[in-house]
Amino acid sequence: MAKNTDAEAMIVATNLSKTYGDFKAVDGINFTVRKGESFGLLGPNGAGKSTTMKMIAATSQRTGGDLLILGKDPNKSGPEIRAHLGVVPQQDNLDRELKVWENLMIYGRYFGLSRKFLKGKIEELLEFAQLVEKRNNKTEELSGGMKRRLTIARGLVNEPEILMLDEPTTGLDPQARHILWDRLFRLKELGVTLVITTHYMDEAEQLCDRLMVMDKGKIMAEGSPAELIKKYSSKEVLEVRFGSDNNALVAEQIAGIGERLEILPDRILVYAENGEKALEEIVKKGLHPVTSLVRRSSLEDVFLRLTGRTLVD
Amino acid sequence: MSLNISTENKMTWTGAKAIVDPQLSIRRGAIYVAENRIRNMLKWWSSIIAFGLGNPTLYLLSIGIGIGSLVDKSLGANAIDHVSYLTFLAPALLATAGIQGAMDEVTWPTLEGFVWDRTFFSMNATAISSNQIVNGVMLAAMARCVLQVFMYELCLLAFGAISIQSIPILLLVSSSAGLGFSSIMLAFSASIKDDDGIFALVGRFIITPMFMFSGTFYPITSLPIYFQWIGWISPQWHATNLGRALSYGMPIEPWLLIIHWSVFLIMAIIGFSWAHRVFSRRLSA
Repeated sequence: MAKNTDAEAMIVATNLSKTYGDFKAVDGINFTVRKGESFGLLGPNGAGKSTTMKMIAATSQRTGGDLLILGKDPNKSGPEIRAHLGVVPQQDNLDRELKVWENLMIYGRYFGLSRKFLKGKIEELLEFAQLVEKRNNKTEELSGGMKRRLTIARGLVNEPEILMLDEPTTGLDPQARHILWDRLFRLKELGVTLVITTHYMDEAEQLCDRLMVMDKGKIMAEGSPAELIKKYSSKEVLEVRFGSDNNALVAEQIAGIGERLEILPDRILVYAENGEKALEEIVKKGLHPVTSLVRRSSLEDVFLRLTGRTLVD
Repeated sequence: MSLNISTENKMTWTGAKAIVDPQLSIRRGAIYVAENRIRNMLKWWSSIIAFGLGNPTLYLLSIGIGIGSLVDKSLGANAIDHVSYLTFLAPALLATAGIQGAMDEVTWPTLEGFVWDRTFFSMNATAISSNQIVNGVMLAAMARCVLQVFMYELCLLAFGAISIQSIPILLLVSSSAGLGFSSIMLAFSASIKDDDGIFALVGRFIITPMFMFSGTFYPITSLPIYFQWIGWISPQWHATNLGRALSYGMPIEPWLLIIHWSVFLIMAIIGFSWAHRVFSRRLSA
């Protein structure tokens, strides 16, 4: 779904802050999420993503700035806001003693939904989460991917205006991730506003219309995946390896090739308009990489540039 | 598991604003929490019934009748308070049942809610507030407490230890003791990071002494004065003394009656306000 600046604002954060003692977990950030948008929060561990999510989920109170969720102030109207949100936490918190369908039933009851309504809803959700055959299993008998799908289904029981997913696919195998992505696409098609945090750049590229990269409690960049790549990275990236001990040494010799270099412990990334051409220049200098690869720029490169880190520390 | 991405979207979607009335949870949240706890309890219903009826039966057979006949033989029949030993013992056993029944539902389930399954966090992600979680857990604990005391009463009735008329008042007294003590135990359980054997310590150094030194098996005045304080601070003794006075008419000073009820009330006030504070802090961290 494309960004629509006329759509209703679901979340408006103005100079939003959260401090724990002297530590600024979130340091004066501004952003708006509109109806139907799929909004991603990226950043290394400790960037302030989860704290931001908890404030949006109206469970943790801000210490500074303003925040409006569905037009209401979470510090004053927490329960009213939460009644219309769906939350999928980082750690599954299903009730192990209860069966799959009971987990959906009990969660729906927290919203005051009638048993009659929930009976039909549970059928839909089991279908959606591909758990129809597991309905009478205890949740502890489910695989990681199934538990995750059940947690997502549970978050949909009240047909939320905003669905918040904190690292939805962390710890899942690739197949389970693809099934989940497919389910989340369907929600986008239904017009559900999604707020997602993730460590995975491919996931962000797949799922998010708009991204916000955070580091140390601040926003480093904001835009669509394509916009961010265009703004913060070159068209292509050449990856060369000279062996772990040589990379830093070689980097000094090839400085000036391409637009920018990034020296990682295992490889050098050369950011250039034309990767093949950059490789030719390196070879001309009499340097022969053990391996080389030319690829298109990705969000991973943007992330690396903005936070100075490849994967999460 | 197969990659099945051909399923049609069959979900109906009206949107939360149309289907969820936040006021319902704001008013009845505690009941919804209790509903969940009771659903969890029902998974163990056979153990709850077996324990609820089996424990008193064994107790009454061994202590009540075995020791009772010894007491009656050595002191003469109806030597204590002019009633049989079994009748003397009954209010104390009921107090224990009330305290234990309520406690079982606030200790482990609280660790489950905060640490093992983190279900309290999932409740709090909905319109349910932290105070409602406390109240709902207590509501369910009291349901279990009342059930456990009632089952015990049926056994006592079968053994002729209590009269049918004393059932309601003994139920009230024992459940009040359960309420006071378990509300404090709820706050305490919410304050600990993980079990680490702490509940075993509570059992050995608080529950057992409370049971042994609270005038359960003999009047508290039979103890040397330096042991009697354990009874004075124990809800077990207050419930036992109150139960004896109100069921078979053990003589009691009116001011002591007020003290007994006040102890339960004060414990509940402290327990609830402490629990509300701890739950709120832990859930919003």
